[in-house]
Amino acid sequence: MKIHIVDYGMGNIFSVQKKLLQENIDVSVSSEPKDILNADKVILLGVGHFSKAMDNLNHLSLIEPLNDFALVRKKPILGICLGMQLMAMTSEEGIGRQKGLGWIDASVKKFQTPNSKQFKIPHMGWNNVSLVKDSDLMQNISSKDEFYFVHSFFLQPNEKEIILNETNYIDNFCSGIEKENIFGVQYHPEKSHDAGQTLLKNFISI
Amino acid sequence: MFRPRLIPVLLLKNNALVKSIKFKKHNYIGDPINAVKIFNELKADELVLLDIDATKERRRISEDVVKRVGEEANMPFSVGGGIHSIDDIKTLIACGAEKVILNSYAINNINFLKEASETFGSSTIVLCMDIKKNFFGTKDYVFLNNGRNSSGFEPVMLARLAQEMGVGEVIIQSISRDGTMQGYDINLIKTISDALTIPTVALGGCGKMEDCISVFRNGGANGIAAGSFFVYQGENKGVLINYPSKEDIIKIK
Repeated sequence: MKIHIVDYGMGNIFSVQKKLLQENIDVSVSSEPKDILNADKVILLGVGHFSKAMDNLNHLSLIEPLNDFALVRKKPILGICLGMQLMAMTSEEGIGRQKGLGWIDASVKKFQTPNSKQFKIPHMGWNNVSLVKDSDLMQNISSKDEFYFVHSFFLQPNEKEIILNETNYIDNFCSGIEKENIFGVQYHPEKSHDAGQTLLKNFISI
Repeated sequence: MFRPRLIPVLLLKNNALVKSIKFKKHNYIGDPINAVKIFNELKADELVLLDIDATKERRRISEDVVKRVGEEANMPFSVGGGIHSIDDIKTLIACGAEKVILNSYAINNINFLKEASETFGSSTIVLCMDIKKNFFGTKDYVFLNNGRNSSGFEPVMLARLAQEMGVGEVIIQSISRDGTMQGYDINLIKTISDALTIPTVALGGCGKMEDCISVFRNGGANGIAAGSFFVYQGENKGVLINYPSKEDIIKIK
C-alpha cells in the first residue's frame, strides 16, 4: 500500500504525512507527475487560494496525471479542505469564475457575511458532521464526533447523491463528498484528534 | 454544533515554557513538547505557541521547536515570534503549523499583512494585538515589542485595517490583565469583536470557567485563549497542566 501526497506548494503536508506514517504505511510526497501514477491512493490537500492552486497544479503538469488517476484508473483519492474544493467545476474565489478539476458537478461558493454577530467568516473551529450516507470512509465515526474546520468557501454540489457529510454553520453546507473512488472532506482529519485519525485509517483500508 | 474554541497559549523563552504576569515576572513552567503531549491527551481544541523574545533578539521562533510540536500535536496550532517575511511563514507552515501569528513587524509594515494573506490565504494569517492604556490611562493602544512601545494605533482601527488587508483572525490580548486571572477585559473584546466580520480570540485575564463563558456571551469572542488558566491549579498556583472536559466546554454557549 502506497499513499502519495501531492505537493504543489499549497498547505500543510507535514501534518497529514505524520498521521499517515503512524499507521505504518508507505507514504510518498512530491510534485512529480509519475509519483501519482505509481501510487495506490492519492491525497490532495491544500490551504490558500483556489486559483493559485489550479495555477500551481497546471505549471507542475499535475492535472493530467490526477485526471488519469481519478477518472480513468478510478483509484481512491481523498481531497482535504481546498483539495476537495478543487474537484469542483468552478469557484467564486479569485477574479471572475475560476475553473476547477471538474470531477464532480459542484461549484465553490463564499460564505455570505451574515448580519448576526454570531457567525464570523472564516468558519474556524470545531463542528460536527452528519453522516448523510453509508460510507467506508466514515466507519466508526459518529455524528457526535467533532472535526476541525477552517475555511471561507464551501462546496455546493448539484448532484445530491455525492453528499457524504453536512455541517451547520449559518446554514447547512456540504462538508464531505463521495463519488465512487473520489472522496473529499472540508474539515481537517489530520488536526481532529481521534476521529480524524479514524477517518485517515478508513481511507487507508478502502 | 459550532462552539467556541478553548485555546491554551504557550509562551517560549529560551525554548522553555514560561508564564508571565503583565508581560513581566516570567515563571518557569516546563518543557513545551511535554506540554503539547499532555494537551493531546486532554484533547485541547487548539494551541498557540509564542516566542516572546524572538523580536527583541532579532530572530524567528525556533524552527526546531515548531517542528517537534508539529510532530506531536493532534490538534491545530499557530505560532508567532519574530515573523517578518513570506519565507518565515513558509518555513513554519512546513513544520506543521496551521496558522502564523503576526505582531510587531507586521504592525510596523502593514502591507505585509496583505502580502501574507494573499500568499497563504486569510485563514492562515492571524494578527495578535497587545493592548494597554496609554501613559495617562485614558485610552487603549496597541503596543509593540512585548508591550514596550506604543504603535500609535487604536485597537479597533488596527483590527479593521487588518481585516481589510485579508487577515483571517485577530487575537485581542490585554497586557494589564495578563497573568492576573481576574477575568477578561470584556468591554475591550466586545468593542473589537463587534467591529469585525472575522473571528476574534480573547486573551489575558482568564482564571476560571465562568470567565470563558462570560467572554463568549458578553464579549463576542469566537476563541477563548488563556495561559495561567491552563497551567496553574489552585490558590497557590501550583504548576499543573489542565484542560476542561468536553462536557464543560459544551456548556459555553
